[in-house]
Amino acid sequence: MIEFISIAIIPFMVLIIVLHGYIKGVDVYNSFIEGAKEGMKTSIKIMPYLIGIFIAIGIFRGSNAMDMFIDLLSPITNILGIPKQILPLVLIRPISGSGALGVVRDTIAHYGPDSMIGKLSSIMMGSSETIFYTLAVYFGSIGVEDYGHTLKAALLSYVISIFISIFICKFLI
Amino acid sequence: MIFIGIIYAVYTGNLGEINNIILTEAEEGVMFAISLIGIMAFWLGLMNIAEKSGLIKSIAKLFRPLLRLLFPEIPKGHPAERWILMNFIANMFGVGNAATAFGLKAMGELNSLNRDKKVATNSMAMFLIINMSSLQLVPLTVLKIRYDYGSSNPTDIIGPTIVATTFSTIIAIIIGKFFEVAKR
Repeated sequence: MIEFISIAIIPFMVLIIVLHGYIKGVDVYNSFIEGAKEGMKTSIKIMPYLIGIFIAIGIFRGSNAMDMFIDLLSPITNILGIPKQILPLVLIRPISGSGALGVVRDTIAHYGPDSMIGKLSSIMMGSSETIFYTLAVYFGSIGVEDYGHTLKAALLSYVISIFISIFICKFLI
Repeated sequence: MIFIGIIYAVYTGNLGEINNIILTEAEEGVMFAISLIGIMAFWLGLMNIAEKSGLIKSIAKLFRPLLRLLFPEIPKGHPAERWILMNFIANMFGVGNAATAFGLKAMGELNSLNRDKKVATNSMAMFLIINMSSLQLVPLTVLKIRYDYGSSNPTDIIGPTIVATTFSTIIAIIIGKFFEVAKR
């Protein structure tokens, strides 16, 4: 059911909006063009920010500095009961969405989709976001440099969400 | 990130790789922005229709109490409300590019309420904290991978994922509010 909604939502929304606009006597075509122009302007405006962000994230990922962090963190995560096999996902998830998806694919290929680790990585992937990327794109687009408490709060929530996923996997499935 | 990355690359003798990354990622950034142009134009165009027909206004009215609670700083009826709402809805159903388009508009509107343009406001923080807690109900890409690798029941993670997402979003809101209070 939810899968169906996910697929049908866009065509359905388009239909409703256009129909509603038409009934209310809105100049549908010109309104669309007007809004579309603004959309184009915004995308061009954020391009330099995006280039900077992509390079920064790419360098961090490509230098394999990540592996170093995994080694550094593993003693701590062992104590906390986080399975070692999902550490790469835990670390890459906030940085790169496509990278994380690649890790999930590796994990599932290696441990099997129905294994505990396979399910855990699926649930973690689905219940978290690319924190750094989102932060950089959204704040970058308006030129805000001081993020306030945003990053702290997001990372804290992320850590807690990892434990929620582990808890759900261990006790509810 | 650049700093740690490059230092580590020097340490591991991986510098050549960095050159490649700068080239490919610069291109990637341009490509991403260009790919955004079409989808941004489409969604903002569509939303402009919904705006004029009054559709967005009625939807926004429906969710106003919730928005008031989360974003007390946004004046009643301010356009930021609408974009935030549209972003949340698009996120829930996993329409990522539409969510980005709405989210960027929301940030722009929130910034128009911002007195110090360099510093994030509480509303911006809360908006992004909720966004980054993941709102998506069904992770379609994950389902695809599970299906590809022969899971006996690829969709059995949907329920647990929704539970996990709901809890993580609630916790994110609480943490966000906590930081707001602590700052005062």
